[in-house]
Amino acid sequence: MTDSQQQDLRSDEVRAGTTTGLGAPSVDVTDSRQNSLWSDAWVQLRRSAIFWIGAVLGVLFLAMALFPSIFARGADPRACDLSNSRATPSADHWLGFDQQGCDYLSNVVYGARNSLLIGVLGVLGVLLMGVVVGAIAGYYGRLTDSILARLTDIFYALPLILGALVLLRVGPSTGLPIISERGPGAVAIALAAFGWMTAMRLVRSQVIAVKSSDYVAAARAMGASDYRILVRHILPNAVAPVLVYATITIGVLIAAEATLTFLGVGLQAPSISWGLQIAQGQQLLRTAPHLVLFPSVILTLTVMAFIMMGDALRDALDPRQRS
Amino acid sequence: MTTLPSSASSVRSGDGSSPILSVEDLFVEFRTRENLVNAVNGISYTVSAGETLAILGESGSGKSVSAQAIMGILDMPPARIPNGEIWFEGRNLLTLPAEEQRKIRGPGISMIFQDALSSLNPVYSVGYQIGEMFRAHGGLSKKDAKQRAVELMDRVRIPAAAQRVNDYPHQFSGGMRQRVMIAMAIALDPRILIADEPTTALDVTVQAQVMDLLKDLQRETGMGLVLITHDLGVVNEVADNVAVMYAGRIVERGTVDEVFTKPGHPYTEGLLNSVPQVEAKGGRLQPITGQPPNLSRIPSGCPFHPRCPRRRLGAEALPGRDCAGDRPPLRLVVPGREAACHYSEEVLGV
Repeated sequence: MTDSQQQDLRSDEVRAGTTTGLGAPSVDVTDSRQNSLWSDAWVQLRRSAIFWIGAVLGVLFLAMALFPSIFARGADPRACDLSNSRATPSADHWLGFDQQGCDYLSNVVYGARNSLLIGVLGVLGVLLMGVVVGAIAGYYGRLTDSILARLTDIFYALPLILGALVLLRVGPSTGLPIISERGPGAVAIALAAFGWMTAMRLVRSQVIAVKSSDYVAAARAMGASDYRILVRHILPNAVAPVLVYATITIGVLIAAEATLTFLGVGLQAPSISWGLQIAQGQQLLRTAPHLVLFPSVILTLTVMAFIMMGDALRDALDPRQRS
Repeated sequence: MTTLPSSASSVRSGDGSSPILSVEDLFVEFRTRENLVNAVNGISYTVSAGETLAILGESGSGKSVSAQAIMGILDMPPARIPNGEIWFEGRNLLTLPAEEQRKIRGPGISMIFQDALSSLNPVYSVGYQIGEMFRAHGGLSKKDAKQRAVELMDRVRIPAAAQRVNDYPHQFSGGMRQRVMIAMAIALDPRILIADEPTTALDVTVQAQVMDLLKDLQRETGMGLVLITHDLGVVNEVADNVAVMYAGRIVERGTVDEVFTKPGHPYTEGLLNSVPQVEAKGGRLQPITGQPPNLSRIPSGCPFHPRCPRRRLGAEALPGRDCAGDRPPLRLVVPGREAACHYSEEVLGV
């Protein structure tokens, strides 16, 4: 029992006449603010080494995406000199040069922006689709649910990479905005369009679980509208597992972007991206292995950072996992 | 769908003395793939301003379901209301459009639930949740709504309301949570407050506090109170009238004082006998034998007859009053008292 609850009980007892109100409280309750779900989770997160490793790496890559020139040590990724072609790492150029003689450190650093942009935009798309479709299916149930759940199953049958590959392949001929130009926006849309199903199922099952809770019945008894019940009462209680999933998915989508680009349907040169660097470097794997090594390592670290944060968040939000 | 035997319109001219809430011949059933559960089978009652009506019955007697039907918060399907009328201030709630019904919930009829912790949303502070009533129904700003929330918390006597307005439900004790629930329910000055076992989850000292609070609030606002409970002590303390429910029917109705001193139905009699009495300390309690009926197979005749010590079957029974064959209607037995028993006069001893 917490201090404030003890004070409540004391107050009830005094009122009921079973105790006198004279005794001074044994604990000072005035400044002990109790924790909510999120502040409890934060206390837990702060003690998690996995979270800190993930967070430090995540912040590092975020800074790289926002201010690449600082990390590139002032080098311009597009200022190339063919005489440096495929030069190995040196004190001045830490990651060496690529085939065109461009500084490889600056190329790898500038690649962070596209990768993170696609990861974050893609996850926002996944969340938007997943939360809207999942919440509607879970809340209204019955026929609505059946139709939306079958629709989700149909999308599930298409593998993420294959679906995105087809969409990006036919994209330029559609003439639609964003999709027809092979930019980060098109890749993010393609990944979100074929990656939202798990989020939808998560939201749907959470909404169904929360829908039957007493506080939703109470909200209805107090005259709350459907919209208010769904947005104010159900979704905030259903969102925790979805956030965890979203964090992990950022990493997965970054890896998927690299895969698509490697396969030749993602970003195109002169865009700078890790997928492109790996694709071009693989032809020179024997002569200049560092061209594949560095973007691969940094890609792996980025994906790992988000998955570690997601894992730690999941543990922190689940009280049963707490020791 | 809903049949309206007495009037086809959903508006009725009300005269000054008419009750605020009037339930007429209400049926609720739950249809599942396997069977049909008849949870409420034709109950009628009225509640006037300032009146406290206790609906007494054991678990599964249909008392909570009837309350949920009035609030319009039954999940339909599986629930269905094949027949009945619920009149509130001259309007039949069952024929109103959903949006009109929703607007009555809160300012017209409000409800408090048994378990206050699970009835409060864990992710919002109590002040936010009380204030939500004003934001949703009255369109108040966040700041004004919070101010009103503090006033309400004072009104339901939560100590240090101004400091605790930002606390979360799990930080309150059981009694205080129920006060928060009450604050939400009375926020918009409802004409009728339905309390569904408001004190069942609380310990005795806190129970008395919460019931006193409800009585005080009723005195201040003149609202009608429908108290759903299985606790005879609570009924005796606060209610004016009592309706005893069994197997989805009202089996006895009258003022609390009369019903409790002289029950007119063997079931009420059995309930009163199964309560420990201070005078009879050391003696044995007399429980009602048997189990409450399965609502998908309610016994024929009087639903209570398999458990009734006074039943008369076959040759013992008077003509047309066989407990196993003829269903006793709820009838006026003595002035001010209705009971659904063929041999009520015998039970009363008149």
